[in-house]
Amino acid sequence: MLKFNLLIFGDTGWGDEMLFSCIMTILVSLSAMGLGVFIAIFTAWAKISGNIVLKIIANFYTTVIRGVPELLVIYLIFFGSSAGIMYISKIFGYYGYIEFNAFTMGTISIGIISAAYSTEVFRGAYNIIDRGQIEAARALGLSKINTFIKILTPQILKHALPGLGNVWQITLKDTALISVTGLVEIMRQSRVAANVTHSPLTFYLTAAVLYLILTSFSSKAFNKLEDYSNKNQVKA
Amino acid sequence: MDIQLIINNFFSILQGLDETLILIFLSLILGFFISIPFALARVSSIKILSQSIYYYIFVIRGTPLLVQIYLIYFGLGSIKAVRDSFLWVLLKEPFWCGVIALVINTVAYTTEIFRGGIQSVNKGQIESCESLGMSKFTMYFRIILPCAFRQALPAYGNEIILMVKATSLISLTTYMEMTGIARSIMYKTFAPVEAFIAAGSIYLFLNFLVVQLIKFLEWKYNPHLRIKT
Repeated sequence: MLKFNLLIFGDTGWGDEMLFSCIMTILVSLSAMGLGVFIAIFTAWAKISGNIVLKIIANFYTTVIRGVPELLVIYLIFFGSSAGIMYISKIFGYYGYIEFNAFTMGTISIGIISAAYSTEVFRGAYNIIDRGQIEAARALGLSKINTFIKILTPQILKHALPGLGNVWQITLKDTALISVTGLVEIMRQSRVAANVTHSPLTFYLTAAVLYLILTSFSSKAFNKLEDYSNKNQVKA
Repeated sequence: MDIQLIINNFFSILQGLDETLILIFLSLILGFFISIPFALARVSSIKILSQSIYYYIFVIRGTPLLVQIYLIYFGLGSIKAVRDSFLWVLLKEPFWCGVIALVINTVAYTTEIFRGGIQSVNKGQIESCESLGMSKFTMYFRIILPCAFRQALPAYGNEIILMVKATSLISLTTYMEMTGIARSIMYKTFAPVEAFIAAGSIYLFLNFLVVQLIKFLEWKYNPHLRIKT
């Protein structure tokens, strides 16, 4: 049933492979989260800027991404991009099969999903900030860029931190879905190992434990960060 | 992009709608009724009860749904004792594995939502129940739970949307619901964009309906918040 000797390190066990896949999961999550936050800065700005066209585009993007299953988004981006590139390459006379690197496509698809959630987090954090602060900055003669960097960004980050922690947990768990595209992260590795050794219970339990370790450690880390960012607040 | 192909795909994927809807309704209804005692246990003063529910929620919320589905579908089936027991009647079917995984998953999230609702009930209400001499049972089912559910409605709406999206993962256990059909269409036609846009629009519409339903329920059960005209 449970065969823990399969999990030893070295040639006979899958321990080292599982560890490498765990590092791959962390790398994909980190880069997807980074990409997501980067996109979210622009979409959140599009939502709060007065421009009606930008607002409609950003609203459409977040509504669609949050309303459609993650698996479909990943399929669409992964297979759709390779179909799109092949269509373009046919115009230039190349008829072969092209597929993007699984890591890049995984990062992009998870990043696009996580950006939709981060957008709402940033927008909410911006709305909390007192309008008087922006007016005060303008009264002091700060330029728009200075107001954004010195007044708004630190406060937005502080208010967005708990929400970003949630988005990070979602992103981390969503990376399990890119296993369907063949990237060797925890889920893919445990699926391969389970099929080879015929002991699915061992490897899926290992995968669950690895994810649990990752999520619980990162929630601890986010709690620490929140304590750090709230240290100016008077404790009750 | 081929509009005609999208329309054709739309109607073939629509045939998987009832499979998806059965998954959603079954797991949500079962999850709802299991979550109520779980949430009461979570707020109870019996330490071992609330602690065990806490660890259950911690484990389920800390692992991806896909791991849970694979554990139940592939993992449990590999145990010989399970294959010999009566459980095998359920566990050999991808449908029931999917329902079990979805229920286990949604119960963890819904319990946490209901706990928040129960704890938000005003202390004064509980005190007045006690002073009126209500039994514990009446107090919970007449006062606390209705208030808690009203408070939890927006969060519960989000959970329903998450469940609608989660059913697409059941396609990975060979159960042919909408995502499964869309994937097989993609392999047949080699046109991924058309297949997944058709499937995505149906999910989007389902979630739109959920949002409207939750809005209506919030309006119905919060008459004191309505703007008087």
